[in-house]
Amino acid sequence: MQQDNQPIVIAVTGLNAIDSPGPGVSVIRALRDGLPNVRIIGLAYETLEPGIYLHDLVDKTYQVPYPSAGSDALLSRLQYIHQKENLRLIIPNFDAELYNFIKLGPVLKAMGIQTFLPAQEQLDARDKMNLYQFGLKYNLSVPKDRIIYSSDALYGCAEAMGYPLVVKGKFYDAIIAHTLEQAQKAFYKLSAKWGLPIIVQQFITGTEINIAVLGDGKGNATSIVPIRKLYITDKGKAWAGITLEDETLISLAKTFVKATNWKGGCELEIMRTADGRPYIMEINPRFPAWIYLTAGAGQNQPAALAKMALGEEVQPYTDYAVGKMFIRYAWDHITDVSEFQQISGFGETAP
Amino acid sequence: MRLKKNIATSESGFIFHPGTGDSFSANPIAAEIILQLKDGAAPSEIKKNILNKYDVDANMFEKDWDDFNAQLREANLLEQ
Repeated sequence: MQQDNQPIVIAVTGLNAIDSPGPGVSVIRALRDGLPNVRIIGLAYETLEPGIYLHDLVDKTYQVPYPSAGSDALLSRLQYIHQKENLRLIIPNFDAELYNFIKLGPVLKAMGIQTFLPAQEQLDARDKMNLYQFGLKYNLSVPKDRIIYSSDALYGCAEAMGYPLVVKGKFYDAIIAHTLEQAQKAFYKLSAKWGLPIIVQQFITGTEINIAVLGDGKGNATSIVPIRKLYITDKGKAWAGITLEDETLISLAKTFVKATNWKGGCELEIMRTADGRPYIMEINPRFPAWIYLTAGAGQNQPAALAKMALGEEVQPYTDYAVGKMFIRYAWDHITDVSEFQQISGFGETAP
Repeated sequence: MRLKKNIATSESGFIFHPGTGDSFSANPIAAEIILQLKDGAAPSEIKKNILNKYDVDANMFEKDWDDFNAQLREANLLEQ
């Protein structure tokens, strides 16, 4: 993978290791564990993303434009960064930025920068708006849902699915409604925040399980690591988790990767019902924030992704440590205002 | 009453179910029974061992045994 003693320069987004964390810092830890000689370039949107200041993990950080600025603005910024850093690979870690990075994939490749991402069609197919059809197409268990544009449609949803219902924003947030009044309130709250349409989903009760998956883009799952969240914050984020042994979950993830030829990392959010049936509740098209646990359990997914992106053949993992846990913690990192001033004023940290 | 094969146990009474991620703490007697189950001992043999070793009324022990069995089943630790 490496031609000489020069480090492999990898740019990573999602440095916001906050209470609702981006996966970037976790991805970087895994890359540093799994690759002998890397230089990590952080790509940050906000100046207070903690990863910017963690210099034992991130060598240098550049601010990048928000996804809403479009792919041209992103490309322009990446050209500047590439000129300085000679990037070999970019690992984007936010759902919202994937569209731009996928669109720029061929241009970046021509510049010598690799990505390892799903195609736009794959990204669209697993979108929560299309999840039910996706499940039907690939014979996967998914909750029933309806896409609605008016609160009047809630009557029909309740008749078809019964209460409780899950009312979901098109990008984020979900509210469980036990009555029509609660459903209407949720509809207005979420539509005001995220816009229309709203997704109304059948409520499935059971044990919440998450699976980190790495697909090679040819229908093979290079790595599959299922976990159960042991501690969930009020924002629904895992604060602790443990790896599980369950052939049904491994098989489900393999089916998903084979059916979609998924390329890159993703997270399957599963609800396993009392009778053992695993429902796919959501498919996140990027690594989860707990991805470092895969390295701890013996399947370093970010490192494997980097190797595949850079042309190395990676054999699918077959084993991982069951009962391996992560426990997240908060840590007050001390820095100087000059660092904050540097990133705020110049859009990049000091060399 | 057979413990699932993949259940991890320790002498201290910690029980871990790798399929669900659930973990449990057993008191010393329960831990002793669990370890014997793990070693493949039959329930009749375990009961005999406990009654021989401890000063316990047989009827009371039988009642506790049933209760313990129900708890293990509820925790999904037993083979169907």
